[in-house]
Amino acid sequence: MSAPASAAATELGTSLKTSSGKTFGRRARLAFYNRTFKAICVVCAVFVCIILFSILFLMGRTGILTFEYVSPMEFFFSTEWVPENEQYGAFIFIFGTFALTALTMLIAMPISILIAVFLAEVTPPWLRAVLRPVLDLLVGIPSVVYGFLGMTLLIPLLRDVTGTTMGDGLLAAAIVLTIMVLPTISRISDDAITAVPKKYRDASYALGGTRFQTTFKVVLPAARSGIMYAGILGMARAIGETMAVVMVIGNTPQLANSLLKPTSVLTSNIVMQIANVPFDSTWNYALYLMGFLLLVISLLMIVLIRFMQRKGVQR
Amino acid sequence: MQAPAHTRALIEIDKLNLYYGTFHALKNVSMEIPEKAITAFIGPSGCGKSTLLRTLNRMNDMIAGTRIEGKIAIGGADIYSKEVDVETLRKKVGMVFQQPNPFPKSIYDNVAYGPRLHGISGRKQLDEIVETSLRSAALWEEVKDYLKRSALSLSGGQQQRLCIARALAVEPDVLLMDEATSALDPISTLKIEELAQELKDRYTIVMVTHNMHQAARVSNQTVFFLNGEVVEYAETEKLFSTPRDQRTEDYISGRFG
Repeated sequence: MSAPASAAATELGTSLKTSSGKTFGRRARLAFYNRTFKAICVVCAVFVCIILFSILFLMGRTGILTFEYVSPMEFFFSTEWVPENEQYGAFIFIFGTFALTALTMLIAMPISILIAVFLAEVTPPWLRAVLRPVLDLLVGIPSVVYGFLGMTLLIPLLRDVTGTTMGDGLLAAAIVLTIMVLPTISRISDDAITAVPKKYRDASYALGGTRFQTTFKVVLPAARSGIMYAGILGMARAIGETMAVVMVIGNTPQLANSLLKPTSVLTSNIVMQIANVPFDSTWNYALYLMGFLLLVISLLMIVLIRFMQRKGVQR
Repeated sequence: MQAPAHTRALIEIDKLNLYYGTFHALKNVSMEIPEKAITAFIGPSGCGKSTLLRTLNRMNDMIAGTRIEGKIAIGGADIYSKEVDVETLRKKVGMVFQQPNPFPKSIYDNVAYGPRLHGISGRKQLDEIVETSLRSAALWEEVKDYLKRSALSLSGGQQQRLCIARALAVEPDVLLMDEATSALDPISTLKIEELAQELKDRYTIVMVTHNMHQAARVSNQTVFFLNGEVVEYAETEKLFSTPRDQRTEDYISGRFG
């Protein structure tokens, strides 16, 4: 037979028995807490999903009514946006949104990558400690402020430089958006570059690589997926941006066949017109459909980001 | 202390002192490293053997607060003089690290990386360099059909031999191996040791090892470090059979370290 348990062992055994014999004992209480907590979590998660699908449903339901009066062909491919004459061709805005986003990324990506390389590889630590928080703060500046800067500084500058009378248009909007998304893209790229293991750099240096060669041939390729992730995040922001764009794009429904011609994009057109349309009109439905289109584009980009994140982990 | 005198010295280290900030990591180290032979640095952790190795290709330059006194000459040229170009030095003095560190690129691109850095871009020439280097590193037969595959798909031992091939591709004269087998399994370790034996006919090899038996198996001369000082420096056989210093004897008989 085993020796009688020591006092300490007995105490341990007692403390392990969760049931204390009371009707609402420790075990029952714990089970109740666990169940309640789980239920709250599930409710929250379901709530978020409900919101998302409600938005999609509401926008889509109202937007789809457009097609009772306007054929999809006309909506997507006609450049005639004259609601007074019942003409609802949104091609100008769809094209404007894609052109603006593409132009923004074309300017923003190289600059952001250079900033990120500068931050992660070149800057002395004390300067880095100052610059990183500054960039993080820039992300939080309200977009209307960027719009003001574009209106009061950039557009007069563009008039002077190019000699046009207006200055509003894709170029002005793209520059303002670039300034807006630069901090986001460069900081996330900076993190991606910093996360590249030191051993890759060591290997390159040990083969006689210069810092320039090491950065562009080893570090940037190794950080590629993170940098692309940063780019898509910036792009999603640029596509949905409204205020800053409204203030510098000119808000004229004409096709942007020049960088300096006043035009309009999906967001700016919605916000300029939504306040003035009759509630149950095709015009209203068409604006909803444009909003729905933006929503779908953004969701697709987020899905793309998710997909890339997963790929990044595998690598 | 005298150098084993059976070959010509390629690397001469004269009264070298190295400080990391205020820490005196290498104390008055002098030695000669012979050409086309394997020299092993042994000693307990933190004794300065890796630090000395990294001064030979100036990888310590990148650690802030490092200060060096004394002289290191390779082939008669002071490698810390202003006239020496670090990139050329590192091309001539290749290095293999403790952790296999192939780039996240294809096997081919890993080996071709160094030659490309130094301006070789001809497809044919690169193909040739890649094959020769992989053959030299005893890896060609295993990977010749998978050159486009990611280097990260190789096993640890293969990755390390790939790193050796990558180092050889820029035609160095000296090959530094910083505990190159300590992250590998015994069979991979053996392969790398055999490889080192073959390579010593063409290259001057300096290896740091934690493993005394490895030093005894593969090296021609052995240097024993303790607390930043060279305690003893002799032909490997001599050092292991008849150590002159009591501390060496204690270390190789496993009484500390």
